[in-house]
Amino acid sequence: MIAAPAPRAPPTTTAADATTPVKLAVRALDAGFGATPVVRQLTLDVPERRVLAIIGPSGCGKSTLVRCLNRMHELVPGATVGGSVLLDDHDIYARDVDPVLLRRRIGMVFQKPNPFPTMSIRENVLAGLRLTGALRGGRKQPAIDGIVEQALTRAALWDEVKDRLAAAGGSLSGGQQQRLCIARALAVEPEVLLMDEPCSALDPIATARIEDLIHVLRERYTIVLVTHNMQQAARASDLTAFLLHGELIECAPTERLFTQPSDRRTEDYITGKFG
Amino acid sequence: MSARRDLWFTLLCAAALALPLGVLVFLFGDVLLLGLERLSPAFLTSYPSRHAEHAGVLPGLVGTALLGVMTAGLALPFGVGAAIYLEEYGGNRRIARAIEVNVANLAGVPSVVYGILGLAVFVKTLGLGRSLIAGAATLALLVLPIVIVSTREALRAVPMGLREAGLALGATRWQTIRRVVLPAAAPGILTGAILAISRALGETAPLIVIGAVAYITYLPDGPRAAFTALPIQIFSWVSRPQAAFAHNAAAGIVVMLLLLLLLNAAAVLVRDRFSRGGSR
Repeated sequence: MIAAPAPRAPPTTTAADATTPVKLAVRALDAGFGATPVVRQLTLDVPERRVLAIIGPSGCGKSTLVRCLNRMHELVPGATVGGSVLLDDHDIYARDVDPVLLRRRIGMVFQKPNPFPTMSIRENVLAGLRLTGALRGGRKQPAIDGIVEQALTRAALWDEVKDRLAAAGGSLSGGQQQRLCIARALAVEPEVLLMDEPCSALDPIATARIEDLIHVLRERYTIVLVTHNMQQAARASDLTAFLLHGELIECAPTERLFTQPSDRRTEDYITGKFG
Repeated sequence: MSARRDLWFTLLCAAALALPLGVLVFLFGDVLLLGLERLSPAFLTSYPSRHAEHAGVLPGLVGTALLGVMTAGLALPFGVGAAIYLEEYGGNRRIARAIEVNVANLAGVPSVVYGILGLAVFVKTLGLGRSLIAGAATLALLVLPIVIVSTREALRAVPMGLREAGLALGATRWQTIRRVVLPAAAPGILTGAILAISRALGETAPLIVIGAVAYITYLPDGPRAAFTALPIQIFSWVSRPQAAFAHNAAAGIVVMLLLLLLLNAAAVLVRDRFSRGGSR
């Protein structure tokens, strides 16, 4: 017996109103590999504590765009970046920004669940803190247990794993692994969460759980959700940006983008004429 | 018609397997029969002697064990370090690729050439003499390419997604390598290392070139001591004219083979144990 996901309130369309501060501001961003441009002169605002979905056909630059937001893109040999991305009005590509420290403020969840295979569930949650040496000395066991419980609770996984925290991370189901990865990202206490097609390797039930989770997470975090699933964008986001050939075609409150798109290409895409 | 052809091919392949296997079994049986009369606890704990029936492999066994440990101590840090550099840091640069080609070629250089190199560099230039440490350094050089290649393969088998996960959590490259990549690659690295060491321990030519002594009646008392090793001992017995020493050589070969079998079994065990534990 699997309980049907609880009915969700429709996403608010007040996301773009002037009162919501902008958390991430993409300004004239260019990105690519070698001489091949992938993202072109892209400008986009992500309001604080809202979910921005990025949709578009395969190869339109969705993934490259989000990987520019936490400076993961530049790790690929031959990657190029231009323009700027402002996090709280400060350019993350400025010379004085350490990408390693930046990535602790902007967490990321990947397409394929990638828990660390050599670590237990508990160690996976703590991985970010251990890797960076944040747990060395100082903190006491109960405090660490508290971090584990809080992160797993926020990722809606605590009840399923609380009795087997010592089990291998790889022993969980695909959907649980992905929530474990979300817990792992949350344990570092980021401000922004980037999710790059987090449900594409999951079945519909696991997908619904992640979408529910996104709804809860948006109360605390700013979320950028890349998806090739338009229904998912419609269900889970406040704002939707449509990308085509590396250019931003349209960015609007989700409901408006899906009901009254202002650009012909957006309409063609969401009605399934291509893509 | 095609089923028949399949049968023929199956038989042909089976023959291709059975023939060399048969030769091996025959050879091993022959050696075992020849050496059986010498195989006893005393054979393992005795020093070489003019009298074949009193001679034993103790110095060779100890020398081989020490060589194994010291070779591993020298080859692993350098080999694994080089592999991490090439695989995780130097990826696409031109120098890294030039090194890569050279490492692959080095793995194919005959072992006697390493012996000559060891003689010139470690024994003469560095003045280490015909010592255990010179032997271990030479063998380490010999297996370094093998360690590098097998470590790189183990590192390459670690999914890219794990590295990205580590970096996205705000870890540096080194923190990610140490806590995520190396633990995941450890079984592969260890297996390769054990196989490389077992290859080193079977080598005779480079040790002869750098001057391992065949007849030695004491155990090495330090890294600068003169030494012998099992293959050297076997080689020296084989070249004796007296028939009695042929039994010693055969018994020595059995000991050597058992040692190598043990090491290889350890490699298999390490691989199995870890691959069952972690899921990929």
